[in-house]
Amino acid sequence: MSKDTLFDKVWDLHKVADLPGGSSQILIGLHLIHEVTSPQAFGALRDKNLRVRFPSRTVATVDHIVPTDNQSRPFKDNLAEQMIDTLEKNCQYNQIKFFNIGSGNQGIVHVVAPELGLTQPGMTIACGDSHTSTHGAFGSIAFGIGTSQVRDVLASQTLIMNKLKVRKILCKEKLSAGVFAKDLVLHIINKLGVKAGVGFAYEFTGPAVSALSMEERMTICNMSIEGGARCGYVNPDAKTFNYIKGKEFAPSEENWSKAVNWWKSLVSDDKAVYDDLIEIDASKVEPTVTWGITPGQSIGINERIPELSDIDNADKSIAGEAYEYMGFNPGQKIKGIPIDVCFIGSCTNGRLSDLQIAAKIVRHNKVAPNIKAFVVPGSEKVAKEAKSEGLDKIFKESGFQWREPGCSMCLAMNSDKLIGDQISASSSNRNFKGRQGSPNGRTLLMSPAMVAAAAITGKVSDAREFLKQ
Amino acid sequence: MKFNLNLPKGPIERIQGKCISLIGDDIDTDRIIPARFLKCVDFNSLGDSVFADDRNNSNIVHPFDLEKNQEASILIVNSNFGCGSSREHAPQALMRWGIRAIIGESFAEIFYSNCIAIGIPCFTLTKDSVKHIQDKSQNYDLFFEINIQKALAKNSEFTLSLNLKESSRQMFLNGEWDATTTLLNNIELIKEKIDQLPYVNF
Ligand code: SF4
Repeated sequence: MSKDTLFDKVWDLHKVADLPGGSSQILIGLHLIHEVTSPQAFGALRDKNLRVRFPSRTVATVDHIVPTDNQSRPFKDNLAEQMIDTLEKNCQYNQIKFFNIGSGNQGIVHVVAPELGLTQPGMTIACGDSHTSTHGAFGSIAFGIGTSQVRDVLASQTLIMNKLKVRKILCKEKLSAGVFAKDLVLHIINKLGVKAGVGFAYEFTGPAVSALSMEERMTICNMSIEGGARCGYVNPDAKTFNYIKGKEFAPSEENWSKAVNWWKSLVSDDKAVYDDLIEIDASKVEPTVTWGITPGQSIGINERIPELSDIDNADKSIAGEAYEYMGFNPGQKIKGIPIDVCFIGSCTNGRLSDLQIAAKIVRHNKVAPNIKAFVVPGSEKVAKEAKSEGLDKIFKESGFQWREPGCSMCLAMNSDKLIGDQISASSSNRNFKGRQGSPNGRTLLMSPAMVAAAAITGKVSDAREFLKQ
Repeated sequence: MKFNLNLPKGPIERIQGKCISLIGDDIDTDRIIPARFLKCVDFNSLGDSVFADDRNNSNIVHPFDLEKNQEASILIVNSNFGCGSSREHAPQALMRWGIRAIIGESFAEIFYSNCIAIGIPCFTLTKDSVKHIQDKSQNYDLFFEINIQKALAKNSEFTLSLNLKESSRQMFLNGEWDATTTLLNNIELIKEKIDQLPYVNF
């Protein structure tokens, strides 16, 4: 059993009670809500004649259904309009802070909370969305929940949970030039498998992780869930504190040093005990691309799609399904596979640094003919900062479309969708069958730099070749 | 809707019904309920859309469309069932189609807790045992009576012992899977705890 890790410390601090059968009642310090998983929760609350108990601990925004082209209200899509309208009413009625479109603070919930300083070390954070794990980058324990649990948090600010085990993922050495956090996390998921994390919290640590910026750490923690772990975290350090300092909801000036001291005390002890330890050599990670239908089915850019005989027995059937669905052959090179659509965005890679690196690659280049390429900033703030640096112009000049913030083609609940069996090069996090809006659409996950390179060549390419120039 | 839906309520001690097998590892929640069906403000209509894309695209008749499975209520699955998105729409869609219990090799974490939260027990079994009952249920009508206290699935021919997390077992037996009331019993402790948290006052 783990001991003295950040996870253990934060868990103990938030434990309200032990419940019969071995589970615990855990206090949720910050609750984030959005339009898709909250309406039924508010409905259930009304059915039970309950109220939102601690409204100041919940914050809302809209992201999943918002159109990224024309955002004027009412939305063209009636169902989308109904969902945002329901959220507006629920927030207003329950006095919940709501960052609506046009507020300057709207965006993907996992982009917005960190950039506002809402996400802080030592918190427990829950949201009706599996990528809540993103917030672990700050040393918080953050996890996705279902709608009934959203109801419970609204009603009681607590949840019933079973304590997770803690796996330390020690990332040694450093990532090499032109290799990014996205490549590292895809590599980790590939090495450990998409189920390995079940029952675990992942602690990402080691020199390669310390060297990452806060935005890159968010990318890693974001995809913990793709590795089966409900949450992932990085111990907070000076970078974490600097990132938070001065943000709208950061601790006030008078409380700052108190806050920092408390945060430091939460870091996993040197002698902490873990349930498992995995070591990864980050210097060996290559730009990584998925070739299949789970985020674990990935290879380095210069590798070939594995032969069935090279795949573990347990993974053979899903590999077979993947060859068939993707229309790729075992042994085929991933580099050079033609693509149709390029998507830069999502809570994994829709932040300013993602847009900056992609812009660096597309600058003075043109999107290949017949490729639809678009950028969807993760939030209104990201969009604003990107524009102030002129990134929108760079993208537009090269032939990318520049859109309004939202989840967009990460899950295709708005009108941004693949058509037929189109192949997308996508900076998002899931390549499941049908994920990007077409039941036979195909997704290749990769870093924003790799998506940018693919947009220019029209096929899967090595972004490093563009970064050298 | 296909038949009168009695959604789970209160303590759950036994579940009787016919099995339906769905074969495959890593069946994610995007497949259980594709994202376009998430545009709703209540769950009622979801039962008809469960596995919508798989059912439309499959060359063979999908298990959820087979005539003989229409009254089934115990779903038999393989490993990592329900991975991916945390959408409770997935178990809600299964429940509204008629599923009342799931037996599988393993479940994704959030999917599992979503199932518990709506009163759908998820049991685990070894790969071989799952395969055994999947084979049987595909060849003839397989009925089980599941006893939650003992975690046993019985029929006239054999008895299988299932695995169920102790905390989940207790929640089903005493009705606390519907958690809100249990949680609110500790409201004084909750208030105390919130006041003690350093960051609430930063
Ligand atoms: S960007 Fe994608 S993964 Fe992230 S919250 Fe939106 S839909 Fe979910």
